[in-house]
Amino acid sequence: MDITVNAKPHSLSEGTTLADLIRELGLADAPCAAEVNQTLVPKRRHEQHPLSEGDVVELVTLVGGG
Amino acid sequence: MTTTATTTTTTEPGLSPFTIAGRTFQSRLFVGTGKYTDFPTMQAALDASGSEVVTVAVRRERLYNDRGESLLDHLDTARYTILPNTAGCFSAEDAVRVARLGRELLDQMGNAGASWVKLEVLGDKKTLLPDPVGTLEATRELVADGFQVLCYSSDDPISAARIKDAGAASVMPAGSPIGSGQGVLNPNNIVLCLEALKRGDPTYPVIVDAGVGAASDVSQAMELGADGVLLNTAIAHAREPVMMAHAMRKACEAGRQSYLSGRIEKKLYATASSPFEGAIGYIPGE
Repeated sequence: MDITVNAKPHSLSEGTTLADLIRELGLADAPCAAEVNQTLVPKRRHEQHPLSEGDVVELVTLVGGG
Repeated sequence: MTTTATTTTTTEPGLSPFTIAGRTFQSRLFVGTGKYTDFPTMQAALDASGSEVVTVAVRRERLYNDRGESLLDHLDTARYTILPNTAGCFSAEDAVRVARLGRELLDQMGNAGASWVKLEVLGDKKTLLPDPVGTLEATRELVADGFQVLCYSSDDPISAARIKDAGAASVMPAGSPIGSGQGVLNPNNIVLCLEALKRGDPTYPVIVDAGVGAASDVSQAMELGADGVLLNTAIAHAREPVMMAHAMRKACEAGRQSYLSGRIEKKLYATASSPFEGAIGYIPGE
């Protein structure tokens, strides 16, 4: 299935969860907050959150800012 | 003969802690973490500033490029209260999303700032001035969602009062546009904001946020009666950021003490500091 991650197209196998995606991207150990379709999914629910065709995922962290 | 060791304590009158959004700090200077040339310089500048609250931004992970160094590898999150901002948001909706993402990140890190947000809803990319309507909408929504909203505002006292009424934990009027280095362009409006926000509520915290260029700007804001100052570029882009951070710390303290000390009235004519009585020379008009 095809989804969008941080505004870029991304292909996943069926049944992938948000936690799987974050692991695949090498972000499992990094502070990383996730939104699916503009709704925050807290980390404790990443494992239980299956991704679906067309989902728009945002994965963010903290950077320098004022 | 007995020698008695004496301990000299330096007391700095007036520099009492202050409370904002349920937390108490010694330093009244909040600093940003953006725009530094490298992380070691940022760390040294944060240390020199004496700040206990530092702002950060929420941005997409770089997924496909070399990620490089992370801010979080260089920020002592046990030492600082991290204040995530909604910089770059031009609608209430986006600002609320970013605030929630920031809170989630800080929750994961167990940082004390977790329910704090520095709310910015911008109206225009060129001036980065706040959108007053979007700011108010986002404040209401975030307060209802349990956030402590520290809200960037224009220096308009009516807008400032509306934001406080909406439940903001602090209103933070801009001295001048973000990153402009113009200092406090309209000190009268800052005074009007302070009056409006502190009427019947003298401990309500008001932070002058944005526009600082030099240490004197910090002192001026504090002398007007602000509870604190938030700045970033003036340190990060100074030729010597660490030295400037020292200057900002002292300017903040000096401004606070000057405010509390009660300045003299301004007068049109001079008042001699040395007595005329006993002067041995000619004094015109006498």
